[in-house]
Formats: sequence, structure tokens, C-alpha cells
Amino acid sequence: MSDLAWIEAALTGARPQAMAALLRYFRDLDLAEEAFQEACLRALSKWPQNGPPRDPAAWLILVGRNAALDRVRRRARDAALPPEDQISDLEDAEAAVAERLDGGHYRDDVLRLLFICCHPDLPKTQQIALALRVVSGLSVVEIARAFLVSEAAMEQRITRAKRKVAGANVPFEAPGAVERAERLGAVAAMIYLVFNEGYSAPDGPGGARGGLCDEAIRLARLLLRLFPAEPEIMGLAALMLLQHARMAARFDEAGAVVLLEDQDRRLWSRDMIAEGLALIDKAARHSAPGPYQAQAAIAALHARAQRPEDTDWRQIDLIYGALERMAPSPVVTLNRAVARAKVAGPAAGLVMIEPLEASLAGYFHFHGARGALLLQLGRRKEAREAFDRAISLANTPAEAAHIRAHLDRLMSEAQAAG
Amino acid sequence: MLYAFLCYHAEDVVFSWSQEEDDAVMAKLDVVHQKLAKAGKMGPALRLLPTTAATTVRKSEDPPLIIDGPFAETKEQLLGFYVLDCEDLDEALSIARELGKANPGGAYEIRPVRLFLPGGAVGGSE
Repeated sequence: MSDLAWIEAALTGARPQAMAALLRYFRDLDLAEEAFQEACLRALSKWPQNGPPRDPAAWLILVGRNAALDRVRRRARDAALPPEDQISDLEDAEAAVAERLDGGHYRDDVLRLLFICCHPDLPKTQQIALALRVVSGLSVVEIARAFLVSEAAMEQRITRAKRKVAGANVPFEAPGAVERAERLGAVAAMIYLVFNEGYSAPDGPGGARGGLCDEAIRLARLLLRLFPAEPEIMGLAALMLLQHARMAARFDEAGAVVLLEDQDRRLWSRDMIAEGLALIDKAARHSAPGPYQAQAAIAALHARAQRPEDTDWRQIDLIYGALERMAPSPVVTLNRAVARAKVAGPAAGLVMIEPLEASLAGYFHFHGARGALLLQLGRRKEAREAFDRAISLANTPAEAAHIRAHLDRLMSEAQAAG
Repeated sequence: MLYAFLCYHAEDVVFSWSQEEDDAVMAKLDVVHQKLAKAGKMGPALRLLPTTAATTVRKSEDPPLIIDGPFAETKEQLLGFYVLDCEDLDEALSIARELGKANPGGAYEIRPVRLFLPGGAVGGSE
């Protein structure tokens, strides 16, 4: 790697810790971002000559803090300074930074930074956008590209989100155990949202979406380094790794979805699968099951099957059953019905699916799965109706193309029969 | 004399590399590996999964204490390592306990191997 590429990678890697600490000093997202930006500029000019510092995050915190303080003081001539007690920990910053060399001290800072991004008042799309901007440091242009919206619209979305969290007053004291667990849960959900945003569609221009999956995995590893004994965080990381391992096999050249059973399994990433399975092993030792671990266990059963027919559907059906009890949702039941159909035949699956109509009538996958089961049962007319419904609800061209392939086959079979 | 080369790097940086960047580094390393192999100097080499996949067995305790995550103490130094073929983490932990009985004190950090290059036989020369 060239010097510049290495420095950029180091800046990205240090960003969550540095931003988290700067936010703690300044208690203001914009000020913290400016400070970090300033520190990055100095790193780009200093590091190539002097070599990178031993602890890039600590260097960025110290330099960023001093640069931003200068700026605040300069501005103070024109505008009033924030009350002194809001700019905390200003004395003896060198000592504070030295103390922070121990990664453990970043723990609650980073968690707070992530938690601020998933404030419950923020709509999910704003949570993702804010996290990608503030924690991951993606540019507004990159985020706008991933969401397929204009730069101006994304800029506005992020500004609005920042304004809302600024008014939310997330406390800066170290959280208690219960509060910490709640924050971890909210942050895990937000990271999984980022992942799903990238997972749901094939790569847009510049590979913007697949990058979101990598970013979510990076955040989960970060969280796991800070909270190494949390089985659900292990489960979340494992789940994303095992799903992302299939990326190269999930879409055909035309961008249409390739179903799990039709994927070329040689394209699955063995490295990601190995890491996912290792994390599931670690989590299992805690005997504290949870929804992420359950979903990861299901993904692991798929990953372990050399061929589709080797898949242990009976076990998958059982784990979905457990997941239904832990986190009941019609979507989980829908997935269980698909597994049940593999074990006990399409009629058994359809029996589980039909009662979900009321809650999932507007859900693409409901009609797709229902159509596939009806087709297996030879109920072609109903199958076609279900597929038509699915197409009208498709979220992406890839989803629509996949269902259309089903319909085309129906049509050609009907013609051959006629 | 056989030498072990222990590879250290900033984990969050290396695991932030894109596939292309990673491939490029591996390709450049492979050139050196090939040269070393031709000279009969290349023994086994491995690349580990990240420390988040690690489990540490602290065998100074009895029974040994099992901790999620990498070995993080600074009092002890790396004195050697094993490469063992284990069915799963459970088997790896039970082997660690057995080894720990034979040699108590210190710790084992158990890290899954991501890439294993067996290399050739080395150590024939003086």
C-alpha cells in the first residue's frame, strides 16, 4: 500500500474512537467533526514525513482538540463561548489522552457516539445516514449515492438528524449496567439496519451498497473489541459475516437475485464463513441465546451445506421456532413456513403462511413465497396471482426480475401444456 | 537456525482493506514466498482471523479461566505456539486445559486460522 492509502486507512480506523472522545470534550457533533477534520488534515501533512504515530486515535484526539479549541477561542471574539462547564475535561489533556491509550476507556465513548445516531426519535433512514456520516466518516456524496438520493437531499437529512440529536441530551456520564445493555441493543439494531441497506440490492454505481455491508461488519467488530463478552454482539457479527459471505453469488450478471438454492457455492467467501462460525462457537459457550445468535445459527446451517440438498431444514425449522418465541414477528413465521415446506411439503408450508395474509399483505416476500408454494402444489392460477402481487410490491428491479422469471416459466409451461 | 517471524499490524486498518487491496498485498507477499520456497527456506506460514474471534484460556487459575477476546496482559511474553486441528472451539478449549495441566501458568490465546500455507520441510541445513 502507498503511504497515502495507509494513512487514509488509519484515519478511517481511528475515526470512531477519536470522534467519540472529541464529542465528549465538546458535547457538540459539529464541533467534534470539525476538530476531527482538522486533525486529519494535519495527519496528512505530518505523517508522511514523521511516520504514523503509535496510537493514531490518541494523536488525532489531542491534535483535534487543540485545533478546535483555537477555533472556538477565535470565534469567541464574535460570539459568546459555550458555558465553561459544557467544555469538559479541558485540563491536563495530555494525561487524559495517555490514560486513553488503554482501549478500554474508549468503550463508553464509542458506544455513546453510536447510540446518539440511533436515537428513537430518528426515522431509520436518518439513523443509518447519521451513523455513516458521523461514525464511519463516509462523505455526504457517498451516502447519497448509496441511498439513491441527491446530495442536497442527503445533506438536509443529515442536518435535520443532527439537530434532533442535539436536542436529545444524551447524558455524558458513564452509563449503568442496565442502560449500557439497552444502548448496546439499540446500537446493534442500527448496525444491522446499515447492513440490510447494503444487502437488499446489488451494487449501485461505485459499489456503494456492498460497501455498507463491509462498513456494518467493521462496526460490529469494533463493538466486539470494546465489549468482547457479549454473545448477542458475537451473534450479530456472525450473522452479517455469514450473509455477506454469499455476496458474490447472490446476483447474476443481469443483476437479478439468485436464490440460495441456485447459488454457485464456490463463490461464497470461505474467510467470512470461517469467521462467522468461530463467533457462533464463542457465543454458544455463554448459553445465553438471543435473536441475532438464532439467525446466525440458521445462516451457519446454510453455510455448512456443501450442496442445497445437504441443508438441515429440520434444524432450521426448529431454530425459527425458537426465534418465533424470542422475537415474534410475521416475517419470522413466514421464513419458518418456507423451512417447514422443505421438511413436510408445500401444503404444510402453505398452512402456516395463509394466516399471515392480514399482516403481510403489503410484503413482497410474502407473495413471492406463497406463489412458489402454490406453484409446487400445481395451483397455477393462484400462483400467478400471487406473483403478480409480488411484482407490484418489489422494492428493487432485481426482486421484480426474479419473480418475472417465475412467471415466464409458468407461461411457457402453460403453453407447452396447451 | 529456524526463525519464527511474528506478524504485527493495526487490526482495524488491515481489516478495513478492500478485497482488491488485500489481494494486492497478498500477491506481493506471494512473490517473496515463492522466492523463499525455491531457496528451501519457506516453512509453514499462517494468517489469523481477527482478535474478535479469539478466546483466551488463563491457565494460571485452577480451573483455567476462559475469557472472550485476545490475550491482553503485558506481564507475559510470547514463548511459542501450536497449530492444532480441532473440530470446534469446545475441542480446542479441552486441549488447552490438557496442555495447561502439563504446564500451568500463563495463558493460551486460541485464534482460528484464516489461511494456512504448509510450506516445505525446513531445518535441514546448519
